[in-house]
Amino acid sequence: MSAASVQLPNWITYGLMPILNLTLAFVISGLLIWLIGESPINALVLLLRGALGNGEGVGFTLFYATSFIFTGLSVAVAFHAGLFNIGSEGQAYLGGLGCALVALALDQYVPWYVTAPFAVVGSAIFGAAWALIPAWLQAKRGSHIVITTIMFNFIGAALMVYLLVNVLIVPRMMAPETRIFLDGGRLPRLDWLMAMFGLRLGPAPFNVSFLIALVMCFLVWLLIWRSKLGYEMRTLGASPSAAVYAGVRYVRTVVVSMLISGGLAGMMALNPVLGSAARLQVEFVGGAGFVGIAVSLMGRNHPFGILLASLLFGILYQGGNALSFDMPGISHEMVLVIQGLVILFAGALEYMFRPALVRIYQNLARR
Amino acid sequence: MNQDPAIELVGIDKKFGTVHANKDINLTVAKGTIHGIVGENGAGKSTLMSIIYGFYHADRGEIRVNGKPVTVRDSQAAIEAGIGMVHQHFMLVENFTVLENVMLGAEGGALLAKGIASARAELKRLEDEYGLVIDPDAMIEQLPVGLQQRVEILKAMYRGAEILILDEPTGVLTPAEADHLFRILKVLRDQGKTVILITHKLREIMAITDTVSVMRRGEMVATLRTAETTVEELAELMVGRRVLLRVQKGEASPGDIVLSVRNLSVRDNRGVTMVDNVSFDVRAGEIVGIAGVAGNGQSELLEAIAGIRKPTSGEIVLDGKTVDQTDPAGLREMGLAHIPEDRHHMGLVLKFEEYENSVLGYHRSPAYSKGPLLDLEAIRKDATEKIEKYDIRPPNPRLKTANFSGGNQQKIVVAREIERDPKMLIIGQPTRGVDIGAIEFIHRRIIEMRDAGKAILLVSVELDEIRSLSDRILVMFAGHVVGEKTRDADEQTLGLMMAGIAA
Ligand SMILES: Nc1ncnc2c1ncn2[C@@H]1O[C@H](COP(=O)(O)OP(=O)(O)OP(=O)(O)O)[C@@H](O)[C@H]1O
Ligand SMILES: [Mg+2]
Repeated sequence: MSAASVQLPNWITYGLMPILNLTLAFVISGLLIWLIGESPINALVLLLRGALGNGEGVGFTLFYATSFIFTGLSVAVAFHAGLFNIGSEGQAYLGGLGCALVALALDQYVPWYVTAPFAVVGSAIFGAAWALIPAWLQAKRGSHIVITTIMFNFIGAALMVYLLVNVLIVPRMMAPETRIFLDGGRLPRLDWLMAMFGLRLGPAPFNVSFLIALVMCFLVWLLIWRSKLGYEMRTLGASPSAAVYAGVRYVRTVVVSMLISGGLAGMMALNPVLGSAARLQVEFVGGAGFVGIAVSLMGRNHPFGILLASLLFGILYQGGNALSFDMPGISHEMVLVIQGLVILFAGALEYMFRPALVRIYQNLARR
Repeated sequence: MNQDPAIELVGIDKKFGTVHANKDINLTVAKGTIHGIVGENGAGKSTLMSIIYGFYHADRGEIRVNGKPVTVRDSQAAIEAGIGMVHQHFMLVENFTVLENVMLGAEGGALLAKGIASARAELKRLEDEYGLVIDPDAMIEQLPVGLQQRVEILKAMYRGAEILILDEPTGVLTPAEADHLFRILKVLRDQGKTVILITHKLREIMAITDTVSVMRRGEMVATLRTAETTVEELAELMVGRRVLLRVQKGEASPGDIVLSVRNLSVRDNRGVTMVDNVSFDVRAGEIVGIAGVAGNGQSELLEAIAGIRKPTSGEIVLDGKTVDQTDPAGLREMGLAHIPEDRHHMGLVLKFEEYENSVLGYHRSPAYSKGPLLDLEAIRKDATEKIEKYDIRPPNPRLKTANFSGGNQQKIVVAREIERDPKMLIIGQPTRGVDIGAIEFIHRRIIEMRDAGKAILLVSVELDEIRSLSDRILVMFAGHVVGEKTRDADEQTLGLMMAGIAA
């Protein structure tokens, strides 16, 4: 019954608090920018213009956001079952192998919309498979999922490099990557969707994966809040002892939750591999798995929150790129620092303002 | 008796959304007295105490300590004003010693050594002065609940509490531990401290308090001198009608054996054998009570029968079938319902909304699902019916379970398990924290279940409860069933058996 358990209205928890956190992150970033002698206001304007100023910017923003939605959902699903899956990064990497194999096998014979369902399933299966062993170790032996999933990120990275360098590489080529997929193995871009808003996509790789991500948001919502399995996952996550009492089977629930989580992470690969590069490359995940943790935290593990948080991080990524391009004083590293600050305040320190808000709220409520 | 007020509440008002938990409360507690507060579940007792202790803020009203108005912004401020609180759920660090727990947050200085020495001396003084005897170097997790509670009291006294609030302190205590607690409280009072005691056990109120207040639906309806009132009067003031303190029941007509426990042995988490070669039967249409001092294996026995704890040997036969001892869900399907001893630990997920808890364990049943999805409409309708039938307050299935008062949380569990209409019902502490009106109701439901031919196994540390409900009484001591008595057995005989003295 300390401040932590005082109930605040939803608009404070889900509206005001994230906004305050974000504002603080931006204020500190602004201070840093000011310290290195650039104008914070200018930087903010450039960032926003880069991310939202034209069709191409918006396209890139949405492209990045798509990846974050998948990894954010992945982290959230595991989290509801009380599991902290740090392995979305590695699961997404392996997911890339799954969808690339599908694309390589089918792209010569069928159109994209036939390949797509198989690619979704392929990426999910590979991502899930990469989560299976940590899940099993957690369920059966109590090996902590945080440790095992981190280790599996490294193992996954090594495995993928090995496969790309030795197996999947196109003979006599230098780059460790597969051949380029034909149209039948690509996810088309969403020019039409942008056109509906009067925007021109330009070269931005905003593609069909975004729609798949939206469908996944809905399915995850259905799973967590409307299904029996989701109910059992939430029971396990909120009270392991009550879960035993209720007859929730621990091993099964842990493994299934992690498979779903890994599968969602795996699907993230659709976006860069089939939607953008049209080939499998090393390190295509690029940290999206870790951003998923921040996105999930910030989105309060709810699909709708995750959607919003993903858009925010999409803006930061795309805007940050534009910023380091347009403002010579601001290096790529500086942009990383800003992104880091947002993650820090919106993710790790998300409850920093809570005690103060509780106090202010209670004082106001007295009136 | 000193008549100066230690604490005065003037016009305290508190709302949680639409729930008016405290309505314009006025209360004066004189210095050097023990003041009891009674009231139905959800009457607002805990809320009022939380306001005094700074957990909640009153919407309106004033708190005066020793005649001076104070603003209790948080529990730190409460401590500074000389107010201490012993929570129903202890807030101790399990793997710290008594001394470390007492010092925690009041270490004094950057280096521990000096603080430790003075804390040790202070503990010694408290021990001498108030009879708060305890080994300062004992590890909390190794202490029985009664002593853990004493540590909570010591913590408050160590911080200089002049006013001590105890919210349902005896719910988890054995009768002997409760007696000891009361002796301590009397010493505290005689030394000039003020004690505020919340309890549902009117006997305790009569035994130890000087004055008593009754709350009903957020209002303070009466403040009386204990010597001038009776249990019956208090009960009526609380509930607003006459209450049967002991439910009437007819003779049992036992039928076939429903549950048969054969040579069962069970170990606890530490690997200690808690149930040792126990055998008994429960027949349809009878209530078998298991009496015993807490910690003599009753909890483990219940858990083993419910499929939560795997026995080391022996078997359990339900309805003629040997059961799989690791499958609570399967057992439920076979018609076993289980009201667990500890609602916070097992019976409820506090984060869930009420309706979600109203199907915990039964969520896979066809009545509540549509394919892989939950049938929320059916669940909520069902929850609303149970809320009405069991008078769960506030009647809102969408409220977070943690925001129900303790007794109402218990009703959520009882309603869920009884309304499944099981063949076999196993019950642990069915009325812990429940008000007398609700006890009457729950007892009545249990007897109706019996009369409808259900087999019932009841574990309770309340000897009164065992005696008024059971048709047969088994006494457990140190993991063994040391004897069986009929329900006419007198309290003394049972007490001796529970202590392992006579068989
Ligand atoms: N944080 C909260 N949010 C919403 N409602 C609350 C909250 N805390 C308490 N309530 C409501 O306020 C009322 C009073 O609750 P309180 O816990 O004070 O009752 P109580 O008298 O201590 O009951 P019990 O004997 O069952 O412990 C109840 O209806 C309860 O549901
Ligand atoms: Mg209470």
